[in-house]
Amino acid sequence: MNIHIKNGRLIDPKNRIDAVHDLFISAGKISAVGTAPAMFVADRVIDAHGLVVAPGLIDLAARLREPGYEYKATLESEMDAAAAGGITSLACPPDTDPPLDEPGLVEMLKQRARTLNQAHVYPVGALTQSLKGEELTEMAELTDAGCVAFSQADAPLTDTRVLMRAMQYAATFGFNVWLRPQDSFLARNGVAHDGEVATRLGLPAIPSCAETIALSTMLQLARATGVRLHICRISSAAGVEMVRAAKQQGLPITCDVSMNHIHLSEMDIGYFDANCHLVPPLRSLRDRDALRAALWDGTIDAMCSNHSPVDEDAKQLPFAEAEAGATGLELLLPLALKWAGQDKHALADALAKVTLQPAQVLGLDAGHLSVGAVADVCVFDPDTYWKIEPAALKSQGKNTPFIGMELQGKVRYTLVDGQVVYQSA
Amino acid sequence: MNNPQLNKNGELQHLLSTEGLPAPILRNILDRAASFVNVAEGREIKKVPLLHGKSVFNIFFENSTRTRTTFEIAAKRLSADVVNLNIGSSSASKGETLLDTVDNLCAMHADMFVVRHSQSGAAHLIARHVAPEIHVINAGDGRHAHPTQALLDMFTIRHYKREFHNLRVAIVGDILHSRVARSQIHALTTLGVPEVRVIAPQTLLPANVEKLGVQVYHDMLHGLRDVDVVMMLRLQNERMQGAALPSAQEYFKYYGLTQEKLALAKDDAIVMHPGPMNRGVEIDSSVADGSHSVILPQVTFGIAVRMAVMSTLAGAQ
Repeated sequence: MNIHIKNGRLIDPKNRIDAVHDLFISAGKISAVGTAPAMFVADRVIDAHGLVVAPGLIDLAARLREPGYEYKATLESEMDAAAAGGITSLACPPDTDPPLDEPGLVEMLKQRARTLNQAHVYPVGALTQSLKGEELTEMAELTDAGCVAFSQADAPLTDTRVLMRAMQYAATFGFNVWLRPQDSFLARNGVAHDGEVATRLGLPAIPSCAETIALSTMLQLARATGVRLHICRISSAAGVEMVRAAKQQGLPITCDVSMNHIHLSEMDIGYFDANCHLVPPLRSLRDRDALRAALWDGTIDAMCSNHSPVDEDAKQLPFAEAEAGATGLELLLPLALKWAGQDKHALADALAKVTLQPAQVLGLDAGHLSVGAVADVCVFDPDTYWKIEPAALKSQGKNTPFIGMELQGKVRYTLVDGQVVYQSA
Repeated sequence: MNNPQLNKNGELQHLLSTEGLPAPILRNILDRAASFVNVAEGREIKKVPLLHGKSVFNIFFENSTRTRTTFEIAAKRLSADVVNLNIGSSSASKGETLLDTVDNLCAMHADMFVVRHSQSGAAHLIARHVAPEIHVINAGDGRHAHPTQALLDMFTIRHYKREFHNLRVAIVGDILHSRVARSQIHALTTLGVPEVRVIAPQTLLPANVEKLGVQVYHDMLHGLRDVDVVMMLRLQNERMQGAALPSAQEYFKYYGLTQEKLALAKDDAIVMHPGPMNRGVEIDSSVADGSHSVILPQVTFGIAVRMAVMSTLAGAQ
């Protein structure tokens, strides 16, 4: 299958290309940029005039809810959503039911995902058995089964000895450990940032120091063990400052942020909007601004959707009882563009945060359009506005703080391995 | 963001919180309550037909005999049909969701819901959900709001002090967990009280509480000085388990209201408490029963204020 994507504005952050170029795909790979390779006969021509041709998006946190939570979402529905969002690779956290702590489960998930022929799925394995924070999982076996990193997802790991051992063991094999910093005692029962909104609404709160205390522990243990640590979903200005300092000291860590936290703050909770009940909590405007600056200066490597579909009933409850989470796969691109537009960053720089840089966190040779690379491509209309409505979303999760808003940037074609897996009507 | 309490004409559609309500709406409720005080204080219970033919459902997901009873009396004096539901002991324990319960009651043609729930935001959730002709009164949601309590407190203050603009008011105790305190603070600041103080140890104060427009004191001996009104809060026993306080005894020593501490306030200061009181924990009996106490009049005024709220809502178009 030869595909010729013509007349598009090709943006490839890695190769510093932002110009109108044709893209040629053969046998699942990029075969040429600019002029057609010799003997190229297109089986299909996609006219991308007025559209952007970019590497497919790479999402570091997408809960597909399988196995165990099929009432919230299924692999079919969420992989469709990923394709519609221009996402061609995604990492899924291990907090399924049962958690991804056995090679068989991981193989099954990989197999199920493969049969759907859509985005590449990279499972993140459980760091401890049943995510209980007590005993290590078979990390080497899990890696053979397809895990790309190990994580506790949002489950606490309070025993610092277990955490240190887990890091030492992972470091032995060169595995990545992904952790979200949150002290479980300080966060107990909390549902919102410990600031003026939680005070006004009377919501149990989580202080920023719940993040920084846990982060300090993680950074010290990473230093002691030499593990490759990835910090997930950083949420506070103080946390960002610690990551920045650790990176300046040469600690080989990476860090991501959820797209919701780049755009929203505690203020968006308004009158108890359960769509803003998120993990970690939305913090203050000052924190949000620090996250935006850190994403720009590279302290934060990548922006993820933190896609966490929940069923409708679980949100129709008082704020604290409502299940945390929001759908996100289909919003990652428009929210990256929104950030770039608001903070006046180049489109290529914004795309790097959702393509090249998450690929580097994952250690993948992906997120770029070099000749010879796997042809994972997102073709989108950067100007079209669309309204975020339940009916407009393919994800089974219909809840997002952005519901009702108009966002700019609509995916037209998504290609995975050189195959068109999504095209909009 | 639209104020969920007001309809498109700017009238009170639901009473969910004292926050964000214009001062004239609060004053109107107090004025209307004053007209009912005579009805309430008359020797025989006089009824007015303002809610004749309307059904008021008291749905209490948390037990409260006192608040529910005053709402019931108020509704009956307005000639409403009153249905009391103690949901804590029925639907919720059978797994029915809050909104399913509400839908069922709407199908029974409820006109007004009086809701108490242990979760902050429950009344807002119901108000967003019900048909536009139905009114919701928040009778206490989690730590968030208890607006009728705050309004009856404002009524009591106005009754004894006449004006708000020259007062110094201290709220003492567990501000962190108190829906009453939050509603009092918003009502006091909206009605123009120039100085509202909160007095509590740090463990019982929420973050950034000063953003609500209050001055923070940790020491009663400073905080009570020259105040016109002392509003005490109930201290729940579970605060000792959560490491918020070491003991009731130590709390009483430093934050309990005694005659000696009350002497720091103005000579004509009034002492209020939303009830039920823990004598010897947050307030000494000699103060609770003393000449400065207006705690029982608060309860009496509560009926008139709740009548005023219900009839105001029923009058909204």
